[in-house]
Amino acid sequence: NQRCGLEAALVDFGDYHPLKPIMVTDTKTRRGTRKGSTSSSSSSSSSAPPDPLSSMLDGTDPLSMFAAASASETPDLGRRKREKEEEAVGPDFEPWSLKRGEILARFTTTEKLSINLFMGSDRGKATSQGSAVSEKVRTRLEELDDLEEGSQRELLNLSQQDYANRIEELNQSLKEAWSSDQKVKALKIVIQCSKLLSDTSVIQFYPSKFVLITDILDTFGRLVYDRIWTMCSDPRPLPDNFTVEDVNDTAKETCLNWFYKIASIRELLPRLYVEAAILKCNRFLNKSAIQETLPRLTAMIRGIGDPLVAAYARAYLCRVGMEVAPHLKDSLNRNFFDLLGTFRQISSENVRAQLVLQMVEMPEYLTLYSPAISWILQCIAYRAPESLLTEMMERCKKLGNNALLLNSVMRAFRPEFVAARATDFIGMIKDCDEAGFPKHLLFGSLGRSLASADPPESERLTILNEAWKVITKVRSPQDYINCAEIWVEFTCRHFTKREVNTILADIIKHMTPDRAFEDAYPQLQTVIPVQSVELHFQFLLFSVLQERFLPFLDMFQKDSVRVEVCKSIMEVFIKHQVELTRDPVILNAMLHICKTMHDSVNALTLEDEKRSLALLIIGFIRMVSFGRDFEQQLSFCVEARATFCNLEPVLVQLIHTVNQLAMETRRVMRGNHSRKTAAFVRACAAYSFITIPSLSSIFSRLSLYLLSGQVALANQCLSQADAFLKAAVSILPEVPRSISVEGKLRSSESFLLDFINSFLATLLVIPDHPEHGVLYLVRGLLNMVQDYTWEDNSDAKVRVYISALPLLAAMSQETYLYSIPKVDSNETLYGGDPKFLSEINKLCETLIGQILDHLKTLGRDESTRRQGALAFSLFGVLLAHSDLRNNKLSQLAVNLWNLSHKHGYCETRTSVRTLEFIKHQTQQPDMAHLSDMVQRLTLQSRT
Amino acid sequence: MFSGSFILQIVSETSESKYLGLFNKARQKNETVAGVILLICKEALQHHGISLSMEGVVNLQLSSKSVGVFEAFYNSVKPIQLISSNIEVAKAGKIPGGKTEIPFEFPLHTKGNKVLYETYHGVFVNIQYSLRCDMKRSLLAKDLSRSCEFIVHCQPQKSKVIPTPVNFTITPDTLQSREKNSLPKFLIRGHLDATNCVISLPLTGEVVVENSDVPIKSIELQLVRVETCGCAEGYARDATEIQNIQIAEGDVCHGLAIPIYMIFPRLFTCPTLETTNFKVEFEVNVVVVLHDDHLITENFPLKLCRL
Repeated sequence: NQRCGLEAALVDFGDYHPLKPIMVTDTKTRRGTRKGSTSSSSSSSSSAPPDPLSSMLDGTDPLSMFAAASASETPDLGRRKREKEEEAVGPDFEPWSLKRGEILARFTTTEKLSINLFMGSDRGKATSQGSAVSEKVRTRLEELDDLEEGSQRELLNLSQQDYANRIEELNQSLKEAWSSDQKVKALKIVIQCSKLLSDTSVIQFYPSKFVLITDILDTFGRLVYDRIWTMCSDPRPLPDNFTVEDVNDTAKETCLNWFYKIASIRELLPRLYVEAAILKCNRFLNKSAIQETLPRLTAMIRGIGDPLVAAYARAYLCRVGMEVAPHLKDSLNRNFFDLLGTFRQISSENVRAQLVLQMVEMPEYLTLYSPAISWILQCIAYRAPESLLTEMMERCKKLGNNALLLNSVMRAFRPEFVAARATDFIGMIKDCDEAGFPKHLLFGSLGRSLASADPPESERLTILNEAWKVITKVRSPQDYINCAEIWVEFTCRHFTKREVNTILADIIKHMTPDRAFEDAYPQLQTVIPVQSVELHFQFLLFSVLQERFLPFLDMFQKDSVRVEVCKSIMEVFIKHQVELTRDPVILNAMLHICKTMHDSVNALTLEDEKRSLALLIIGFIRMVSFGRDFEQQLSFCVEARATFCNLEPVLVQLIHTVNQLAMETRRVMRGNHSRKTAAFVRACAAYSFITIPSLSSIFSRLSLYLLSGQVALANQCLSQADAFLKAAVSILPEVPRSISVEGKLRSSESFLLDFINSFLATLLVIPDHPEHGVLYLVRGLLNMVQDYTWEDNSDAKVRVYISALPLLAAMSQETYLYSIPKVDSNETLYGGDPKFLSEINKLCETLIGQILDHLKTLGRDESTRRQGALAFSLFGVLLAHSDLRNNKLSQLAVNLWNLSHKHGYCETRTSVRTLEFIKHQTQQPDMAHLSDMVQRLTLQSRT
Repeated sequence: MFSGSFILQIVSETSESKYLGLFNKARQKNETVAGVILLICKEALQHHGISLSMEGVVNLQLSSKSVGVFEAFYNSVKPIQLISSNIEVAKAGKIPGGKTEIPFEFPLHTKGNKVLYETYHGVFVNIQYSLRCDMKRSLLAKDLSRSCEFIVHCQPQKSKVIPTPVNFTITPDTLQSREKNSLPKFLIRGHLDATNCVISLPLTGEVVVENSDVPIKSIELQLVRVETCGCAEGYARDATEIQNIQIAEGDVCHGLAIPIYMIFPRLFTCPTLETTNFKVEFEVNVVVVLHDDHLITENFPLKLCRL
């Protein structure tokens, strides 16, 4: 038969044509369905309406076909463009995305939620409530008939998280439906979702529900807009500021279809929300369409009976309006005036009954409004002229100073505006009736405005007094601290110690009973940094410290919280304290704080935590200075050492401080110590000497010993210096072969070599101890090096020997290269005694012997590269420090040169430069003997 | 033979854009319907002639409740042909493989003194215009046929429509109901900006709930079509709902004007039509549902026209 043939033809038809679905067969079936569902009576609203929407949308979706026809998609362009337009609002407008999270976090519930979705048929709630059983049966049957389309899903007993997840699922299925060309399904999802907004059960969750569902609406609006936009982007994308003329007819028609479809949605709320969601699409149709639609939608909201639902619908409309046409202020204002007009609804019988049923108190109910109203007011107040704000305020006043409105006004309007009228606002707050909206919230909002804008100077004290009068009467500690926290900043900024003290005292008084402070740590914590960032921070904080601050700190009895507070204080202190201080009040308080931090360290404390605590304490120690009173400073260090014994970095800092103190004393005495100062520097040395062993890091110990030794030497404390160096030498064997550097295990060799080299440099000026033998320390060190278990296959020991040679050479000079004032080095002690020189020579011989032995071993081990390098460095030392007039030595040097070049591992550039240096040296007087040697040094070509 | 590889399609050129996939841009009287027949086949195709026909028909149907009463009269309801014409597009021959386009044009001339009515999809009255393309083929192969609907919009009426606002007041006393005494007290006022409406513009007005003892549950606008089929012997008149638009939900604020706003759905509405055989009229009901599910309905006959 013919029809079959047609159908088959249809399937095969690959090419798109706009009129493809226009088939009589199609139309006929459509008419059939509609007839079936049409009721014959017009008198009952509960009869299932023949829905032109669903009947029109049955079957193949024409929009999907358009979509297929539309040119390659450019969603990115669309997005970019959108972002650009949003910018038109300006960065100073607090965007919805910020509010969003705030609302979700604030309005939560533990009650069970439910989602009721009728996919498919548009039978409203009226039906299901009207006839009970038969309807249920019918729905069930329909469900069986058509699970996909006509299914009704009722999800009960959802927790809040479940609910959010479900909504997100819907959001996803919306996107999926859209991308798989099921535009009808997409629209149905959106309609069903917006329907959920008329449900005010579990009312305390409503604001969050609004946020979740409007996310879906936003997605939908974006999808539709992008789709139509891409339809016009052939051949080239639409410009950002396109006009109606740029839009082609197909796109216009599609756009119009959406509006027709939405206009036939039965229920008010979905119709309103969905049209608002695609408000932006009006740009495709008509220049003034948005301008005409906004007032109409605004008026439409009047039909919503529930005041909360209406308020949020207004918020959504304002939000969309701000995004799409921020210049259309009129409908924003209109919305607000309508809101004021319907305000009495809030206290209507209906609402009361609902609250009783849900067991929600009036104050809590009222706070549910604040996000919506604040948002509307924020939109209105954005770049609004002063006169408008004044008018708004007057209108609110006329409504009997409704607290809820007042609160929103204070939060939404510019802080400067509020601050300038602070006295007025206080008057209005006073006039509010206590029953509905708690006053401390109002004062909280006022305080927030005053924190960022200053009220007239003359009124400040009155404002504070008036506000605090109310705040101090707040009974619940939680409410109290929430409000007080805000006002502390205002007080700190404009008032003196006395007022701040009073307020802190009041806070302590309120928070102490029943250990209320335990619940308020976050708020109490903010009191401190807020207070301290003030410019006259020092003046305030420290004068307050003595009387109130420490008791205030005592409120933080939970260790972790207390340490956090201390840390934030210390951070502020280090940042703002520019001068060194000796103020006993500050020191006392800071020591107390630091001790608290230090005492929190235990075996479980993380390294990072320790480090940050140590840094803060070090920061404090560096700030302490008693000026010329060095003894006082030393005793402070003694005290600090006792207090902070668990944090090594602090001890290290203390040792440095003490060393610095000794050097400072020397500077003051210009190097000539009196008996008293000599005793003092010895005390300093003693301090270091007994502190160093308590450090666990071996290299800290070594370097501090060396440093302290140097300091002691500089201060003519010979025996102390000796002791330091001896101690350093004696702990050398303890150095482990590998240490952990930044968490990684690394060989300690290079560190050790560095240390020994600088140690050797110091040894030059150390006079020999009269009771010990010649070169006692040098020998000691070399013995330690000899005995130390070096790494296998390491040249480190020989490297030490090689670097000891220059020291010995320097020691044999008549005048040393450097010396320490007022300290007699070996040059003066021995005065070039031949015995001393021969000792040195003997030592040198031993060392060179050892080195040569090692070189031989290397030759055997085939480690020729290492051999060459070592031989070359020994050659360098000989060249620089030895008397090459000695034939044996010069022969040795030549041999070493040859050895290093034997295997061709030598860097030619270095060799060439060395040769050039030697040739240059031969020009010098007394250096003629070198020319002879140069002849024997040959450069080897690389083989 | 191999119908799967063959496609015959009519493209109406004058239908510039589509409306919900059905068709679109309405044709007006004394215009032409023009377009192309698009033939796509993989290989050359033998046929015995292609013809194109245009038809405009009013289908009348009696509702089930009327059938019993007017049994005799039932048979007399037969489709009314408004326009019909047929042209031969191609003589028997062969179509080459690939895409073939055959343009066509029909003048919209009525038979005799018949008038073209606007396209309308109703329950008992349907006015529909369609194009149908037939390809005759050899005995062995099936004939192929394809049709599509096109829309006819009337030329605007010359006369200007002067809006006549209609005020209304609903109280228990104004109701024609037996139980009016048992009803709670209420006073609902409002107005429609006009009852003679332009079909392309929304129906507008306002409704104000001045006071009501019982909370209001919902206020709705019900658009109703009233279709009358009949002749001298008698007639059947049926009112059915086209759409129901909720304009207020819940207990709305008293004293506040709630906008009445409804867009007339396309296809399902047409300018009010009155002929000797049938009538298509429209009404709107303002329905107030009280909390106890009491329905209060105020009816307004509308006169739709096209401007």
